[in-house]
Amino acid sequence: MTIETKNFTASELLCVMSARALEDGQVVFAGVGIPLLAATLAQRLHAPGVTILFEGGTIGPHVVPGQLPPTTNEQRCTRKANMLVSITEVLLLLQRGYVDVGFMGGAQIDQYGNLNSSFIGSADDPSVRLPGTGGGNDISSLTRMIVAMPQEKRRFVESVDFITSPGYIRGGTSRRDSGLIAGGMYRVVTDLAILGFDDDTGRMRVEALHPGVTPEQAQENTGFELIIDSSVGTTEPPTEEELAALRHLDPDKVYTA
Amino acid sequence: MTQDYLSLREQTQSRDRSLRDKVMTLEEACDFVADGEHVSLGGSTASRTPFAMIWALIRARKKNLFFSRSIVSTEGDLIFASGVGNHILTSWFSQGIVWGVSRVMRHFTENRLARFEEWSHMSIGLRYRAGAMGVPFMPMRSMMGSDVAGQLDNLKEMTCPFTGEKILLVPALNPDVALIHVQRCDPYGNAQLDGLTFMDIDMAMAANRVIITTERIISNDQIRRRPDQTRIPFFTVDAVVEAPYGCAPHECFGVYEPLFSHMDYYAELTRKEPMEGVKTYLDEYFYAPKNWTEYLELIGLEKLLDAARRGRSIYDD
Repeated sequence: MTIETKNFTASELLCVMSARALEDGQVVFAGVGIPLLAATLAQRLHAPGVTILFEGGTIGPHVVPGQLPPTTNEQRCTRKANMLVSITEVLLLLQRGYVDVGFMGGAQIDQYGNLNSSFIGSADDPSVRLPGTGGGNDISSLTRMIVAMPQEKRRFVESVDFITSPGYIRGGTSRRDSGLIAGGMYRVVTDLAILGFDDDTGRMRVEALHPGVTPEQAQENTGFELIIDSSVGTTEPPTEEELAALRHLDPDKVYTA
Repeated sequence: MTQDYLSLREQTQSRDRSLRDKVMTLEEACDFVADGEHVSLGGSTASRTPFAMIWALIRARKKNLFFSRSIVSTEGDLIFASGVGNHILTSWFSQGIVWGVSRVMRHFTENRLARFEEWSHMSIGLRYRAGAMGVPFMPMRSMMGSDVAGQLDNLKEMTCPFTGEKILLVPALNPDVALIHVQRCDPYGNAQLDGLTFMDIDMAMAANRVIITTERIISNDQIRRRPDQTRIPFFTVDAVVEAPYGCAPHECFGVYEPLFSHMDYYAELTRKEPMEGVKTYLDEYFYAPKNWTEYLELIGLEKLLDAARRGRSIYDD
């Protein structure tokens, strides 16, 4: 299979690949968009025991197919949930250590997995003021993170303009030294590859490439030098079952256009 | 921003905390808000936004208010564009992810006409909680090492005296006035909330005044039948206003979902010419109607009924 003959969109690929990154039984704090959809997809497929947490204060919901919420703070997020709590309480579950995976989208990321969703350009005189952190800073400060985002040179930059949600900050021990003694970036799932981070340096590396993607392509779409092992493996393409389940959840393509 | 403890207590002690009727109109409730004060908004993003009260404050031509909220949606655009406020403290600001980045927010912040003060979501929650607890700060473990913390000057890192760990301290928020919309409330201000409570309970306890808008006013007898459902006690509340569809075009849990087509219309109106679009919107929906009922008429019966059908579906399915 090559990129040209694929029977799915880039967002669908992102959804399926990030759903696979979740394991049955995990407690997953999911942001709006692809993470919400992918966590719900995992729940319907290989990981029925995944407990989803939404920032609005929902513990363990099952989102209704075709009724995807446009934020994580709406009643649509509470369907078939076990419990509703306040925003502060649900975020404190991260700090207390109940969450296995924080799962977010990203606008801009750098080689150490720092995310920017606040400013393009300098914070003092930005060319674009973005919507900001929401719970992103708390989630990435307090738990192990999976980020789902398209891989493009303008999004994968050597150093983000502004660290909204911390990854490994400046690499090495800088995250821990800042006072963030738990959690950290684990995976970045893109439409080209599954990326991870080097244990010692905190720099981004390729864990696996998606079918038909070459190491050169992954590098060309990245604004810094990726660590790529010559023996890097390839992911399995999305199955018909995965795509069908995904399209059942998002028939209007709210998040998978 | 952090109020001196004794002055906070004194202000609380001087309030009339008796069980008394506080029912009034939106216009009358505006008297509880003075220019330049800190107004906190209940709900989050497009849910349980106290839209009717924000609408009334804008129409009353209040000025220089400082707003805080967990996450700000379209009401933030309207606050900036109307001039009712020029400073918003929040964690996220745009209508919602599916509508893209707000062009109105961008216009005001990029041209430095207004301030969007960004804090992490949990830090805002803990700041209201500290305010509710009557303590000057809360310790927390996120935000350290980030530029979000880096550009704020009213937080402090310290070494924990017990464990030696680095910890971040965030100061209490005690709003002058909290605006909170609920499903049910009695004339005294005993407010019952269904579904997601967001940061509203801490906010009510932290604030020096509370204005409750409610889908319906119920009797105190009804409250006493189910006191376990009461989330905000009457003595924190100063005004009770009945405002059906008081969150429109946003959601009120179990009563109506967001009026999506109206929100699409707003996004389209402000996409190309943000300032012209938002001014048109304010003229049409905020300044022109004679009262809240006329505002709802402008939005349209069909949209309201559709939102109500979707809203109530959680109890029907």
